[in-house]
Amino acid sequence: MARAAASRRSFLGHSYNLVGVVASLVIVAWTLIAIFAPSITPHSIGDIVEDDYFGPMRQGLWLGSDYLGRDMLSRVLMGARYTVGISLAAVVIACFSGVVLGMIAAVTGGWFDSCLSRFLDAMNSIPSKLFGLVVVAAVGSSIPALIMTLAVIYIPGAYRFARALAVNINTMDFMTVARVRGESTFYLIGSEILPNIIRPVLADFGLRFVFIVLLLSGLSFLGLGLQPPLADWGALVRENIGGLPFAAPAVIVPSLAIASLTISVNLLIDNLPQKIRDRDA
Amino acid sequence: MTSGVFNLVLKRLAIAVVTLLIVLFAVFFATSMLPGDTASILLGQAATPEAVAGLREAMHLNDPAILRFLRWLLGLLHGDLGTSYANEMPVAALIGGRFINTMELAGITTLLSVPLALTLGITSAMLRGSLYDRTVTVLSIGVISVPEFMVATLAVLLFAVYLKWLPALSSVNEAHSLTDLARIYAMPVITLTFVISAQMIRMTRAAVLETLSTPYVEMALLKGASRSRMVLKHALPNALGPIVNAVALSLSYLVGGVIIVETIFNYPGIAKLMVDAVATRDLPLIQSCATIFCLGYLLLITVADIIAIMSNPRLR
Repeated sequence: MARAAASRRSFLGHSYNLVGVVASLVIVAWTLIAIFAPSITPHSIGDIVEDDYFGPMRQGLWLGSDYLGRDMLSRVLMGARYTVGISLAAVVIACFSGVVLGMIAAVTGGWFDSCLSRFLDAMNSIPSKLFGLVVVAAVGSSIPALIMTLAVIYIPGAYRFARALAVNINTMDFMTVARVRGESTFYLIGSEILPNIIRPVLADFGLRFVFIVLLLSGLSFLGLGLQPPLADWGALVRENIGGLPFAAPAVIVPSLAIASLTISVNLLIDNLPQKIRDRDA
Repeated sequence: MTSGVFNLVLKRLAIAVVTLLIVLFAVFFATSMLPGDTASILLGQAATPEAVAGLREAMHLNDPAILRFLRWLLGLLHGDLGTSYANEMPVAALIGGRFINTMELAGITTLLSVPLALTLGITSAMLRGSLYDRTVTVLSIGVISVPEFMVATLAVLLFAVYLKWLPALSSVNEAHSLTDLARIYAMPVITLTFVISAQMIRMTRAAVLETLSTPYVEMALLKGASRSRMVLKHALPNALGPIVNAVALSLSYLVGGVIIVETIFNYPGIAKLMVDAVATRDLPLIQSCATIFCLGYLLLITVADIIAIMSNPRLR
């Protein structure tokens, strides 16, 4: 990567390079937009503000108009709320459940570990988009259903990652000592294992967030994610796909929004200080 | 081949069968969670309770789930995929032609992307740190980080809108000549090739780099072997297992890519059929399409693992 060329600066005892700093600024910006979206949108997202559909960028209508003549900037800002919000909720549930189950499996071992691992490995071998289609067909695409669907799809991956890390920690002497002291499973996973694997787990959290954003956008693009009148970035691309032959900003801007978020998270993780990123930190 | 390898392969196959059963059960379970009663959906709102009860009886909907699962599994083994709810045609007839279309798309993509990705992956590992390597890496990270539909829309913008070389939408039925056919396949194949290759380049590059850092490759370098000899004769044969694994794993991304690509280009394949089936909640169709996709995916992963086992010199 461009790491060699980037200048390094020091902050909180770690040194960050320029790419990492820019990436985190983009992430922070989208997060703030997601939180404050309703108060910063220039127009109401449902208002038809222009007679011309797929209008070009102009003053006052900075990102053009969509297929009904609504303000695209407002819709993209509101879309951030759904894309970031739903993905974040899903990734928190997925990583929390996966990591807790993974640590318990590593500490307990035996048939509990074997059964759970075999089952979750099987779940892992269903392609995520296909899994999403089948589950959406079953439970529908309300916001809570989408969050749960996305979370369930990515639990096996989080489990596998955390278990692999926890198994290594489990063989350490301090674990044997804690066991001999007669500590409970919850003490073992919370106080002995978690502090030792938290940094790689957080990096994995970021990667999984990217996967979830991509899957959610994909589902919405297929028309099986968020339903109108709500629209996340994937749904915005779908409803404006008719503008593609005219290269309308309404199709391109939501795609760029997704790309800016996912690429930033990937770059941030790639440029984290080695100490945080590495498994055996 | 020794019996050790044979046993490992056998064990891997057994795991694949168990996984397939669990996956099939998950697909069946998820689709039978559908809210609403299938019989009353089929008969519409005007149906009498007696008619609904009769249909439930005839469709064995009152049986416990596990019994219905076994019956469905038995049907699959006999090639009986059930009847579509939406238009009462046998699912097998609906899938038949579209399956060939999807396989064609996947086949052409594989033929294009595997040589392309292997060349780029291996050469960028050889020239590690050069401008060429960095360009390839940045581009492949870029493609991986964006949704497939964005790659597709960018391809349409570039080739159909600005350059006007290709039509934006494809319809296999309108093909009259070979050039027509090429133009129709071009956009979906280009998009899929981008998506699949990016994964494959990353994994191939990582596999070759890992072998290049081993002591015996350093030994080859120290005894004076040329750079290309070191890579081609010493590193590559040992990286073959991981590379084939990377190829098979990346090809399994075809499943996800094909779903998006067929929808955006209106390509008449099974992925499009499945997306439509999900929209109309046509259970037997969803189950069959999902089964086909999972089967293909598992097949690729299992083949990758078996090749990895067989190409490991320590096991031979």
